Amino acid sequence: MRYAMAVDTLKCVGCSDCVVACQTENNVPIGFCRDWVVEVTDGTYPRLEIEIRSERCNHCENSPCVRCCPTGASHYAEGGVVLVTPHKCIGCGACIASCPYDARYPHPDGYVDKCTFCLHNRVEKGLDPACVSVCPTKCMYFGDLDDPNSPVSKVLKNRKYKTLIPEAGTNPQLYFLL
Amino acid sequence: MSSRRSFIKISALGIGGIAAAGGLSRLATGAVSGNASTEKIDSPEQNLHRTPTYCEICFWQCAGWVYKDESGNIKKIVGNDDDQHCNGRFCPRGTGGVGQYYDEDRLKTPLIRTTTDGKETFREASWDEALDYIAHRMQEIAAKHGPECIALFTHGSGGSHFGHMLKAFGSASITAPSFAQCRGPREVGFLTTFGDIIYSPERIDIRDTRCMVLIGSHLGENMHNGQVQEMSDAIDRGATIITVDPRFSTAASKSKYWLPIKPATDLALLLSWIHVLIENEWYDKAYVAKNTVGFEQLREHVRPFTPEWAYGITTIDPNVIVETAREMRNASPSVIINPGRHVTWYGDDTQRMRAVAILAALLGAWGRRGGYYQPEKLHLPSYPVPPFPVPRRQPTEAYGGKYPLANEVVSNGLCDATIPTVERSCSYKAWIVNGTNLLAAIPNQANTLKAIEALELLVVVDTMPVELTGYADVVLPECTYLERYDMLRNSNHRLPNLALRMPAVQPKYDSKPAEWIARELAAKLGLEAWFPWKNIEEMLDWQLKQMGTSLEEMQRLGVKNFPRENDDLYFNENEEAVFNTNSGKIELYSSDMENEGFAPLPVYTAHEEPPEGYYRLNYGRAPMHTFSRTANNPNLTDLMDENVLWVNPKVARLWGLKTGQMVKLKNQDGKQSTFAIKVRVTERIRWDSVYMVHGFGHNNPKLTRAFGRGVNDTELITRVHIDPVMGGTGMRGNFVTFITEFEPNGKEAEA
Repeated sequence: MRYAMAVDTLKCVGCSDCVVACQTENNVPIGFCRDWVVEVTDGTYPRLEIEIRSERCNHCENSPCVRCCPTGASHYAEGGVVLVTPHKCIGCGACIASCPYDARYPHPDGYVDKCTFCLHNRVEKGLDPACVSVCPTKCMYFGDLDDPNSPVSKVLKNRKYKTLIPEAGTNPQLYFLL
Repeated sequence: MSSRRSFIKISALGIGGIAAAGGLSRLATGAVSGNASTEKIDSPEQNLHRTPTYCEICFWQCAGWVYKDESGNIKKIVGNDDDQHCNGRFCPRGTGGVGQYYDEDRLKTPLIRTTTDGKETFREASWDEALDYIAHRMQEIAAKHGPECIALFTHGSGGSHFGHMLKAFGSASITAPSFAQCRGPREVGFLTTFGDIIYSPERIDIRDTRCMVLIGSHLGENMHNGQVQEMSDAIDRGATIITVDPRFSTAASKSKYWLPIKPATDLALLLSWIHVLIENEWYDKAYVAKNTVGFEQLREHVRPFTPEWAYGITTIDPNVIVETAREMRNASPSVIINPGRHVTWYGDDTQRMRAVAILAALLGAWGRRGGYYQPEKLHLPSYPVPPFPVPRRQPTEAYGGKYPLANEVVSNGLCDATIPTVERSCSYKAWIVNGTNLLAAIPNQANTLKAIEALELLVVVDTMPVELTGYADVVLPECTYLERYDMLRNSNHRLPNLALRMPAVQPKYDSKPAEWIARELAAKLGLEAWFPWKNIEEMLDWQLKQMGTSLEEMQRLGVKNFPRENDDLYFNENEEAVFNTNSGKIELYSSDMENEGFAPLPVYTAHEEPPEGYYRLNYGRAPMHTFSRTANNPNLTDLMDENVLWVNPKVARLWGLKTGQMVKLKNQDGKQSTFAIKVRVTERIRWDSVYMVHGFGHNNPKLTRAFGRGVNDTELITRVHIDPVMGGTGMRGNFVTFITEFEPNGKEAEA
């Protein structure tokens, strides 16, 4: 079991529906987010390109955040999903500093929070993560990489893709379709 | 203003600390506030109670489910899988609709304008008192001037309730800015060509198209949900998208062709495309011969409009004009020239939309799969009421003789007719305004304020304190769509359908549903006969039973799709198609236009260019906001809390502007923006124009998140080019320059 997500940069319009759907689904306080949108423009008018990416925790196989956590709050859960156990977290922020993707934020209740792939509240019930199921452009694919028939396996087989900052050596599990 | 109707800041109290913006580079993260504290709930889906609704954050009206947590608080809203508007997926605004309910800046209680110590202010009132006051003033005005001197300006679901009340009272002057400030020209352009309008949601078959041309539509930034979904599928299918836009829009970045057109020259490109299709015999000959009139006149008319001619005007390479025309021809008839939505630009907009319609006709796309389908809606009977009194004057008489082809009431026509003149008999004396902030919706604010100044009564019914609320005599707080029933959504679509909105929770504060307000006001006006139902549930149930369903069933389903009455989603190729035009055919040469003294074939007119040091003010939409009405929604403000000014790097160099720098703007008439706006230096815009998202720069301090954030484009649109065909307010002939030194008074003043 290896959960992963692929985001199609050719279809994403950057509407941020994924951000607000995650906030309402996961009670993320206003002013914070577990996922966000990045837009990169290249070129000179009128020869231009834009890449739009819906980003979140990369659920790395080799996660610096899990390695540096002094209390074991950050851990690998089912399918390699990286989670934080709030009551074990002391809010030291080491994980925030160690993450190459800036995917974590200090929750006002005193612990560090981040994307969970909606593991417990949706995925375990057979639902897609909130961001995937809300996206109006259907640009996100989620599933088990060990299952060749999962949406994410199928789309990664047929499309060109990249990961972000692969040189950090974390083996990220968030893929961007090109 | 030196008048009795001065702007009242509803309350200066309670403006808490506005959170400082975090210096985040992330596009979608907004201000970071440190005081939010929410309980951590990971509720299993099945524990959440859900009720159906259809969304009111924009006109698309997607049907969805409102989920509540164990404590009965609204937790989230998601799309209804059976709904053709959204296919189970809400857009960010719909998902963020919860914020409209929770917004602590909402209007909370009725307010009546009063003078204390020589100072105008609002005092809180009970509903009974506020409605008594309005009824009394309406009766006074009716006795003095006639009931037809009361007008309703509306946008959204409240309109049907207040419109019903007003019609019973004796006025038919009911208008929405969605016609003359928005989609009017396209409806008239298509009506005069095909004898039918485009409808909303638009009847364009993106699902099955092979080629879509976006000309002035930034789909994806304007989040027309079903269309964005179908466009995304079209990208997957490899359909050709051709985007014409002076700005490198999101859609342009997804397109096979981007035509970076010089602003205000779109009609020249359209005429040239028509020229290329005809000269190369690339049009659908059988379709044109069978279904159209005026082809020979059209051929003669467009003969001079070669791609080389268009190049000199539009700056688009002639080869690209030919190549894109060939793409359309190759996809014909499964091709869409997207009619767009906000198309009131330069005052010759109906003519431009006629050219769009003609192009669609030449490609044989109207009535064809992948082009423009024939939508259908239910014949839903209304609850029986006595006939409405015949008003002594129709609203069209208010702007008598003008805008002859307008097929809806022209809002700015009523606004103009409110300003008294010697020669005009009809002046409006009272306005009821529901769900639209007219000072942001109708351009030329000075004119709108002059009209407001002349009113004897202004009633504003809204959920939020907006600019217009400050000028009201009475403010009525309606509850949000999440707290009420409304009329059934009965939309034109591929399948006829109904959607129900019901309250998920009780109205917050002392706010009330629009239907209740209209019914109670009607009772005070002695119009009970027109509101014979006990409550809205009874009325809806009666309607639903006529359709073979019931309120009880709809509460469970939310949406119900019905089979089509006619099997005519696309033309039956073996039958003669009949069009609702004078000739019964598609009129390439428009007899309606000719009969009214307008050019029967579209003519390109050069529009004014920016003076030196000025830049054309272009504006558009962001996917997370609707007009100016979501600018204070906490969830959506979190995604985008201000607009920014797009400036080309060449221009920025010339003026020494840097990304993040605050500037004020001044237009060609010397009108200066109230607040400052953050510069965004980007290659995505031409050097002859600047761009901002509409709907920001609120100056009502009661909007704690929206106040002073960004610039209100409408206040800079002082020059309006009226479309003589249908009264549309062309807004894109305004030019601005930068003011780099100023006294901070908006968001930046807080720092």
